Amino acid sequence: MAAPSSSRVGAPAPATRADGGADVPERRVRVRAPGEPRKVAYLYLAPAFAFYLLFAFGPLLYTAWLSFFDWDGLTVGTWTGLDNYEKVLSDPGIRTSFVHAFELILFYAVLPVVLGLLLASLLAHGRVRGVTAFRAALFLPQTVATVVVAIAWVWIYAPDGPLNEALRAVGLGGITRGWIGDFTFALPALGLVGTWVTFGLCLVLFLAGVQKIPLSLYEAARVDGAGRVREFFAVTLPGLRGELAVALTITVITALRTFDLIYVSTAGGPGTATTVPSVLVYQNAFTNGRVGLAAAVAVVLTALIFVVAFGITRLVDRDPSR
Amino acid sequence: MTAQRREQLLSYLVLGAFAVLAIYPILTIVLLAFHQRSDLVTGFSIPDRLSFDTFQRAWELGNFGRLLLNSLIVAGTVSAVTAVLSTLAGYAFGAMRFRGSDALFYLLLIGLIFPYEATVIPLYYIFKDAGLTDTYWSLILPQIGLSIPFGTFWMRAFFRSTPGSLVEAARLDGASSFSTLVRVLLPHARPALTTLVVLVFMWTWNEFLLALVMIQGDELRTAPLGLALFAGATRSQDPTLTAAAAVLVALPIVVVYVFLQRSFIRGMFAGGVKE
Repeated sequence: MAAPSSSRVGAPAPATRADGGADVPERRVRVRAPGEPRKVAYLYLAPAFAFYLLFAFGPLLYTAWLSFFDWDGLTVGTWTGLDNYEKVLSDPGIRTSFVHAFELILFYAVLPVVLGLLLASLLAHGRVRGVTAFRAALFLPQTVATVVVAIAWVWIYAPDGPLNEALRAVGLGGITRGWIGDFTFALPALGLVGTWVTFGLCLVLFLAGVQKIPLSLYEAARVDGAGRVREFFAVTLPGLRGELAVALTITVITALRTFDLIYVSTAGGPGTATTVPSVLVYQNAFTNGRVGLAAAVAVVLTALIFVVAFGITRLVDRDPSR
Repeated sequence: MTAQRREQLLSYLVLGAFAVLAIYPILTIVLLAFHQRSDLVTGFSIPDRLSFDTFQRAWELGNFGRLLLNSLIVAGTVSAVTAVLSTLAGYAFGAMRFRGSDALFYLLLIGLIFPYEATVIPLYYIFKDAGLTDTYWSLILPQIGLSIPFGTFWMRAFFRSTPGSLVEAARLDGASSFSTLVRVLLPHARPALTTLVVLVFMWTWNEFLLALVMIQGDELRTAPLGLALFAGATRSQDPTLTAAAAVLVALPIVVVYVFLQRSFIRGMFAGGVKE
């Protein structure tokens, strides 16, 4: 079948690498049929680029431009240079929101990736058949709207919801509480929702990858007297390098851009216990009339996302075996 | 042999446990939705009778017929237009050679990564100045713009994977580039296009922030936006009603997912970057 295979096309990282490889047949086409396809290509690109530049890339630049102004969204704005960025760095509320975003990375990315790797290596020898049935279930959280996810978990965490009910049933009634209304537990509680959303994707990705590692490598490790731990670092982890990059890119970006879940479940509260940058972007731009500051937060958040995405790409490209 | 058997059994147990964990939160609200407010549900509870009353009340109270229709119009238009434009652009990137193709492709790749947070502020003011907030356009146009990077990326990969000899043969027969696309290549494109349409439809259906910003009136609210407001108004008095509404909004996508899960999962690793 002609459709591209899943994990290898992957996030931007593997795709750019695929470029070089695919050049060969292409050049042959050019030699045999020169001229004709060249200029007409722009015609095929024009409509897609018109939409992309007008409604996505253009507004991105416009956001950067707005970040240099003090503007309430109604009257004429005043140019303030880098003032908004200074505020992003110095304002404790904004700084806290970025700290929260990094805490969410622990729950959205680190926890599911580590857990997924451990499980995949545990199952590496099994050559599990019939993964498809499990795969469908594990992937379900990815397809449900985040608003629905938020509603389900608000109910689970509610004072008389299933979680507290279960705690009471096992004699832990003393620690029950309204979890997302609690200053200490609200952020971890929402973080665990993120773990729930991304874990299945990581596990499915790693399981597929681990099945592609030749069993002979594991046998060789055994012969060399490697235990489970050394086997993991010598065979499983290097074998899953590509999958690891895709999983990390997807989950870290998901963590950094979290908005729906928090807006619907806590709106950043209690107090500012769960505010994240995207919630500040929304509040400042559309309810507090501080459009320039909101734009600056958006720019910093976007820059962070770019750094993460390209950083992970670099890490994988350094792989000496390629 | 027995050791291997044990390992396999262990594998199934572990996978099974996590599959249950993945389904459990969804299952709780489905079960909750089959209850009535008077049941005073706390925790996990299986209803003693099968009644759709709560769904019916939620449907009427929240005007969900209208909300689902709005989402269908927006997601249907966005995924159809994205599929056409991405096919054309992907064809250029995947099967043609032209100046600046790398630079243009990288320009497009940037769009795979940045979120709506980065564009929604100017989009709001641009559409407001044009008098287009509170219209379908304000939801459709930006979402086409931000779906095109993934669509083009995906279709380019498809065109690269088709044998060059097909294109050459058509060209030798004197076919134009467009009829080569339509007659020779598109007949093979069905799996790739299905994945693309299904994913863009899902992302658009589930999108929240853009609708929250663009739609102020209650006529054009999308399903997730309407649901969020409905939940805010009902969940403290009657959680069963909120749960029923949530199921109504999630159901269309989950049904499509159950039938087309291969398409979903194949594309998601490439496109999971865009939530």
